[in-house]
Amino acid sequence: MIRINGEIINEESIELMEYLNNNGYCISRIAVECNEKIVPKSEYESFVLHSGDVVEIVSFVGGG
Amino acid sequence: MKNIVIPAEEDIRKSLESRHTKYVQDRLAKAKVAVCGLGGLGSSIAIALARCGVGELHLIDFDRVDLSNINRQQYALCELGIEKPAAMEAEIRRFSPYIIIKQDFVKITEENVYELLKDDIYICEAFDAPEEKAMLTNAVLEKFPEKYLVGASGMAGYETGNTIQTRKITSHYYLCGDGVSEIKENAGLMAPRVMICGAHQANTIIKLIIGDEKR
Repeated sequence: MIRINGEIINEESIELMEYLNNNGYCISRIAVECNEKIVPKSEYESFVLHSGDVVEIVSFVGGG
Repeated sequence: MKNIVIPAEEDIRKSLESRHTKYVQDRLAKAKVAVCGLGGLGSSIAIALARCGVGELHLIDFDRVDLSNINRQQYALCELGIEKPAAMEAEIRRFSPYIIIKQDFVKITEENVYELLKDDIYICEAFDAPEEKAMLTNAVLEKFPEKYLVGASGMAGYETGNTIQTRKITSHYYLCGDGVSEIKENAGLMAPRVMICGAHQANTIIKLIIGDEKR
């Protein structure tokens, strides 16, 4: 299982880009942490989430 | 206005120590914090940190004070048209004359972020546009994993302020705000919720600098 933003997903592995696209994330407005480490934008296409990974996808809204 | 004698640096330090204790003040006085963006969030953050006696601030913005800022940003009408880092330093010097301030009147980009922030340990992301927030967050976390970043997302409108929270995303990255409230018709950026969010950010920085209260 993979934990993404607190939600448990029963998969052995997920391609990060596929997950982001399927869940409507706007790539230019997010930051992704996997196991406490930032995933560089340049690695999104090739990055695969594996069972046991804890992932935070921070999605920014405007205002400041 | 009557002539005021500005208190000596030593007297201001003692006054802060009497409020905060010497233990706390020693740590704050040594700290150096970068505030990226001096709008509603950044101006409130900078003032809160300076009032606490943080020793050094790095104020960064590419914009000038505009009349449309006055509803929520900590500037005065006599500063309209002035570069925000310069105007913010002037505001801070009115109550904290001895603080060290570094100004940068520049837009932060992926290209200049390393040079701009390499000497700062604590960094506040206080931008307005979501793409800019994401750019700075990704850049800081990628290039400076040892630094501390405190960002914000979601503080528009006037619904309850109780939904604005501080979340620890990683050991070096905290995010304040309600996560969802963007600017909408009838619910733009207003001083109270923006200040609540900025205060969350400033408070998180203070806590990171000093460490836990229960020590």
